[in-house]
Amino acid sequence: MIALLLRDLRLAVRAGGGFGLGLAFFLIVTVLVPFGVGPETALLSSIAPGVLWLGALLACLLSLDRIFALDWEDGTLDLLATAPLPLEAVVSVKALAHWLTTGLPLVLVAPLLGVLLNLAPQGYLWLLVSLALGTPALSVLGTFGAALTVGLKRGGLLLSLLVLPLYVPSLIFGAEVARRGALGMELTTPLLLLAGISAGVIALLPFASAAVLRVNLR
Amino acid sequence: MAASEKLNSLWSYANPRKFLAVTERMLPGLWALSGACLIVGLIWGFFLTPDDYRQGSTVKIIYLHVPSALMAINGWLMMLVMSLIWLIRRHHVSALAARAAAPIGATMTVIALVTGAIWGQPMWGTWWAWDPRLTSFLILFLFYLGYMALWSAIEEPDTAADLTSVLCLVGSVFALLSRYAVNFWNQGLHQGASLSLDKKENVADVFYIPLLVCIAGFVLLFIALVFYRTGTEIRARRIRALEARERAGA
Amino acid sequence: MMPDLGKYADTVLSAYGASILLLIGLVAISLWRGRRVRAEMDALEKRMRRDG
Repeated sequence: MIALLLRDLRLAVRAGGGFGLGLAFFLIVTVLVPFGVGPETALLSSIAPGVLWLGALLACLLSLDRIFALDWEDGTLDLLATAPLPLEAVVSVKALAHWLTTGLPLVLVAPLLGVLLNLAPQGYLWLLVSLALGTPALSVLGTFGAALTVGLKRGGLLLSLLVLPLYVPSLIFGAEVARRGALGMELTTPLLLLAGISAGVIALLPFASAAVLRVNLR
Repeated sequence: MAASEKLNSLWSYANPRKFLAVTERMLPGLWALSGACLIVGLIWGFFLTPDDYRQGSTVKIIYLHVPSALMAINGWLMMLVMSLIWLIRRHHVSALAARAAAPIGATMTVIALVTGAIWGQPMWGTWWAWDPRLTSFLILFLFYLGYMALWSAIEEPDTAADLTSVLCLVGSVFALLSRYAVNFWNQGLHQGASLSLDKKENVADVFYIPLLVCIAGFVLLFIALVFYRTGTEIRARRIRALEARERAGA
Repeated sequence: MMPDLGKYADTVLSAYGASILLLIGLVAISLWRGRRVRAEMDALEKRMRRDG
């Protein structure tokens, strides 16, 4: 299991592309927002938590189709399916690898981008916390979407259509935590709900992803 | 004993040939009945009911808005049940019925959204508000779109049925989650349910009876369309099988 | 014949118009595709029977 994780991490880093691309995308989206809505600092700082969450979510989406695509093309996925390791574990490891290479860097870089958008000083901690709690769910949900579309040509667009509605609850609660944090408001309820969704998704969705992957490998 | 026999007879409709034969016989009646209910209900609602003292004549939109919203949700529920039946008992008809129902449910969602927007304009002063009910319907529509897109993207019919069924299950959970998330996110303008079992909450009787007729019309139309479209899907599947056999023979 | 819809006439009529149009569209598309598929299947079955 650990070997598989290390292999995936090595591939992601070495193949370039996915690793830095998400971060660059996140940066560009954040830079473009003021061009779209105007440079007033008050406006920017009030929309900063939501924009940063949305940017992180879209950046996460970008590398999803790479989760299974390479292993599908060269047949590694068939080998993994017949290996003694249960497919549920494979799927979880894949999601973890995706989170480590995409989600975690996004979480770490988000406060820096917060500076660009005049995020309120007390908001940084909660932005970090909400993204750290929310992005694992995004990776696991994305793995489910990637497993659904693995065999398809031009699956990328379909993948976003399938996955984005599933991101709604995480986005709502995550952005709410970040917003309330920036305003210095009470935020226990959305924080607990966000963490609850992530926990539920991480615990249950690998079974659905593995089932879907088995169908696709049939 | 009797119960299990009844169940068995229910499952026998999972045979495509039997399903086609039975629905073929029922469809003319269903079309006529649903058309009659819709025409009677809508004419009754449109021409013969009084205006609401607050909402004026816009209250007449309720005869389209409520039934279509109802069928949008029930359509998804029906797809959920059909997906479960397919995953557990692997009856092809149920997978195809789920596929046939999706565009109908999506259309119902659009009707509910459009009538809601048109109604909201004079009442709330805006076409669209990010109200929980409106927003969750929009999300439901996105789920319908994704479901239909996945069906049409996959060539192999059994694989498509499996994948869309799992998507339907996961999507149901998330549609429900989104419903509560959206509720939390914004308190809305929309009034509560107009048809709760609690009689005090209900709309007045003058509006109630034609509304029930319209709902019956929408339900019957939904059933007729599902039957008809499922028949179409069964035939399309048969064409595929015949063509494959022809190619194999040649 | 036409009821007095007051100042909301446009609202009510456009809601009815749009909905009825959508419903008719849905039914029409379903029937059209159903007819086509049925014709195709009949033709195919006839051909299969002739060819054995």
